[in-house]
Formats: sequence, C-alpha cells, structure tokens
Amino acid sequence: MDFTFTEDQAAVLEAVKEFCDDDLAPRAKETDEAGVWPAENVRKLGELDLMGIPVPEEYGGLGLDFLTWTAVGEELSRACTTTGAVYGAHVLCVFPIMTFGTEEQKQRFLVPLAKGEHIGAFGLTEPGAGSDAAAVSTRAQRDGDHYVLNGTKIFISNGGQAQTYVVIASTNPERGVRGLSAFIVEKGTPGFEFGKDEKKMAFPSLPNRELVFTDCRVPKENLLGREGGGFLVAMRTLAVGRIGMAIGAVGVARAALEAAVPYSKQRKQFGQPISSFQAVQFMLCDMATEVDAARLLTWRAAWLKDQGKPFEKEAAMAKLFASETAMRVTTKAVQVFGGYGYTREFPVERYMREAKLFEIVEGTSEIQRLVIANHVIRELGG
Amino acid sequence: MKSVVCIKQVPETTEVRVDPQTNALIREGVKSIVNPVDENAIEAALQLREAHGGTVTVITMGPPQAEEALRQALAMGADEAVLLTDPASRGSDTLATSYTLAQMVRRLGEVDLVLCGKQAIDGDTGQVGPGLAERLGVPQITFAISLEVNDGRLRARRVLDDFFEVVEVKLPAVVTVVKQINEPRHPSMRNVLRAKRAEITRWTLADLEADPTQTGFDGSPTQVIRVWPPERRAGGKILDGPVEEAVEELARALKDMNLAAG
Repeated sequence: MDFTFTEDQAAVLEAVKEFCDDDLAPRAKETDEAGVWPAENVRKLGELDLMGIPVPEEYGGLGLDFLTWTAVGEELSRACTTTGAVYGAHVLCVFPIMTFGTEEQKQRFLVPLAKGEHIGAFGLTEPGAGSDAAAVSTRAQRDGDHYVLNGTKIFISNGGQAQTYVVIASTNPERGVRGLSAFIVEKGTPGFEFGKDEKKMAFPSLPNRELVFTDCRVPKENLLGREGGGFLVAMRTLAVGRIGMAIGAVGVARAALEAAVPYSKQRKQFGQPISSFQAVQFMLCDMATEVDAARLLTWRAAWLKDQGKPFEKEAAMAKLFASETAMRVTTKAVQVFGGYGYTREFPVERYMREAKLFEIVEGTSEIQRLVIANHVIRELGG
Repeated sequence: MKSVVCIKQVPETTEVRVDPQTNALIREGVKSIVNPVDENAIEAALQLREAHGGTVTVITMGPPQAEEALRQALAMGADEAVLLTDPASRGSDTLATSYTLAQMVRRLGEVDLVLCGKQAIDGDTGQVGPGLAERLGVPQITFAISLEVNDGRLRARRVLDDFFEVVEVKLPAVVTVVKQINEPRHPSMRNVLRAKRAEITRWTLADLEADPTQTGFDGSPTQVIRVWPPERRAGGKILDGPVEEAVEELARALKDMNLAAG
C-alpha cells in the first residue's frame, strides 16, 4: 500500500492547484452566476492539456492514468464546481471512444476531444429511461450505410455546447438491453437538434439539455462497439462516470470545509472565536473525516480501474458515499456560517444546492445502493 | 528571433521573517519562487516568439536548487535553460551579477533581445537589467509595459512616474518589464512534464572565461552594513460580515481615527 503520487502526478497536481487558485477560484461565483457556458474556462482546460489526461499520447492525450484524472477533477471542482462538472461530463464521451472506438474513430473523434478542441457529452437518459436502460426508446434503424435515429434524450450535461455525443439507442427493441447500441453523433448532423435547457436548483451555467433526433442519419462508421453492444458501453461508461461524480462531490465538500474552517476562527461570539466551541469543532471534525474517507474511496475505485481490475462496486460505493458526504458537509458548512451561511454573500449556500445534484445524477443514491447490494449479496451470500 | 530571459529565484517574501536577535533572514522552510515580474519577462518573450518565431532561452545564476526556477520557466514554454552555478559567484552584488550574466549572454552567441523583470522582490535594486545592457554595450529600455518588434527594431512603451514614454531601439537590446505588461500563462501539463525531464545546461565561471576579480565577493563593492526588519505593525482588525455592515463599521473606525473627512 502506497499513498504517494508519482513525481509526474505530483507535478501535474501542483500546476493544476496553482491554476485553480489563481484563475478558477477567484471567478467561481461569477462563473456560476453568469448562467452561461463557461467558454473561457473550458478553453483553458484544453490549453492546459486537462481534457485528455487518461488518453494515450498518440491520441492527443497526456497518457496519464484515471487516478490523476480523479485528483485533478477534485481540484477543479473544489475551485469551480461548474468547470469541474464540464470536465466530468466530457470524459463520459472520451472514455467510451477510447475504450470501444476503432482506430479510425479514435483518430477522428478522440484526438480533438483529448486536445480539448472538441467537447464531449453522453446521452443515455430519456424521459422514461435513466438507470433503467432497457427502457431506452430512442430508435436507431439501419438504412443502407446509415442508421436513422429517432427519439429524445434529456438532462444531457454539456448538451448543445459539445461537438461530439455518444448516444445510446435501440437497434432492436425486442431484445431489451441486448438490443441497445452506441453511436457517435456530431453536432450539426441534420435531424439532430437541441431542445429544452433545464432550469435547475444549481449549476445555472452548466447546460443540461434535450437532444432531439428526428430521422437523424448517422453513418454506420459511427457505430461505437458492435451492434447490440450498447448496454456494455453504457454500463462501463456509467461506472467511470460514477468516479467522476464522486470527485465532483468530494470537490464541493472540500470547498465547503475550506470555507467553514477559516470562518469559524474569524467569527467571534461570546468573546471568542466559534472554532473554540466544541459543538463547532465536532462539526469540523466530522466534515474533515468524511471528506477524507470519500476521497479515499474514490481514489481506490480509480486505482482499481487503472490496474485493470473490476471497479464497478467500488465506483458505486465512492459515488454513494461521496455524494451523501457532500450533502452533509455542505449542510454543516452552512450551519457553521449561521445566518450568513444562508445568504448569497457567502458561497456555502451554493455548495449546499450544488451538492444535491450528486445524490441524483449518474444513478441516484438508491440505485447505487442497489448496485452495491447486488455485488455484496453475490460475493458474500454463499 | 533569439531571446534570452534572465530570471532570479527568490524567497516568497510574504513568508520571510527576520530573526529578531540577529536581524538575519530566516530562510528555513521558506518556499522559493521565480521572482514574480521575471515571469512577466518570460511571458513577453514567449509572446514575441509566438508572433515572430525563434527561441527563448532562460538563464539564471544561483545555487544548484535555482534549477527549480528554470524548470518553472521551461514549464511555461521556454525552449532551453542555463544555470550558472559556481561557489565562486557567491556574494555577487548587482555589479558582479550583471557582469556574470553578460558573460553568459555572450556565450549564447547571437542574441536579439535580453529580457529581465524590472527588479527582484528580495533585493529590490532594479540595477541588474541596466547593468547588463551596459556590459553588453547595447541599448536598454527599462520599465516596459508593451513591446513591439518590427524589422529588427523594438518599440516599447515605458511606464514612468506620471507619464508614458514610447521609445524605439535597434536590436539587440536589453529590456526590463513591469508587472502590468502581461498576465503570465499557466503552464500546460505537457510542458510541466517536459520541464521535469528536461536537461538543464550547467555552467561554471570557468565556462564563461570570467575575470575572477569581477565575480563573487571580489567583484562586489557593495557592503551591507546592517539589515533590520521594518517596525512591526500592530495586529490590525478584520471586519467580517456582509459588505454593507463592514463598510459602515470601517467608515466609523476611520472617522474615529480622524482619517476620513466629514
């Protein structure tokens, strides 16, 4: 067991921290409140080579591992939750193409994604299908050299801004999940349009849009993996996505902790800083301990993935624990700030609203519990 | 266009403390950084390279660990880096430093432009840039806030106390820049990794064929008589709470101190 980063990882993290502290964090409030796509931040992520960390160098990436991607994601989310969310959603497109893509697909789609020239998004969720992937009703019918897509995806992060979409559609509805296939769809393809951009409790600058396919003809070369292999693509992508959501949650929880501690030392009541009261100390203690535990679970899941070992259960555990930690920690941070914490003068109320996302997105806490329970019962049920 | 940027590794001054007994700087545990305005000089050189092509070489003199500062410059995107490290250059004042740096620049061959930060945050003299120009026998422009190269000529806007001055010189020249000239870039991760592995050329005074009477202690007529810390200011007060309340409290406090009118 070794918890030290390699020199390369440490150097990257140090540089990322500096970028986060100097550039992202001071503008985070503005980035959130603007309610528009954070184009400048996203451009910088590309310029700094942060959009293709786990992608091999021959495809324009940095050739580092998912653990580095995870640790960088925490820093980004800690500094600017919105930018962290874009980074997390982007990899949902990068990962399936680097894993299931043909050489030609990698050259054509992965290289610009890894370089940050293109942004990626992933479309699985529909009005009637989310975690229940078998209920996907978007159809893809083969017609000569094309597949014709019809249907609607909803809540798609980076939707509208991304150039490249990995979309799950059914090529054979009778076969349920075995009839699902994955497609790479480019923005601008005739018949592919963007619908409603959801107004949410938080993250107004992060688009979550409808993808509307109306007789959208996608060349057969854009089939990702084999026909009928879409469920595997979706499940593997969601597992990586859960690590991504876990780091977003750890990031926002850490931001709340890092706001609460200095405030508690500064804020005086009854002639002393509130950090000298045990009630406050216990809150800070629980916050710090849970953030650490959530991070370690997340790192373990990423590490297992890098080792080529199964990590689905661990990713679900990390996502479950980190998102619920984020909710608890941000709620406590608001409590430490008291009345000021409830105002928009301070960031903690925003963190609390943002934290809720992580308990829902990429499979709710309840779905994570089902996934974990399935593993546990299989492994230990005798 | 070949540019050379002279940088200095300095202690992060916000963290420097002075031993109250000996009045010496406590260097232990203090982080070393690239002198901040030197990063602006590197950025200026990189922007000129982007506009006109060529190379950017970064040089420094200092102890072996000054290599870290050079790696930072390489991470920003400089092409190569040279460290002059020699025990005999210890104790160099600005006169000896500018002599040594001039020897380094000469050794690099044909150079079009030498860039420096306006001054270092530790010594704060601002003498090395001008000294270097004098030694190299080329024109100098100090306090530049913008640079433009055209046809072998360099036009710069200088910031002076209460006016700007636009001057033009024929290259080669030495320019010192101010902080406001640009916003130093954050290094890309590819460059961070490249910088970690890069070879850094090391020279000694012997490589420069330097005149020993002009380097180190022997070449440094400056004598430091005494160093003392500025008088400590009492704690100060942080006004927390919402801006409106804090502003009112501040206004009241200033009034009480008779510092504000009305």
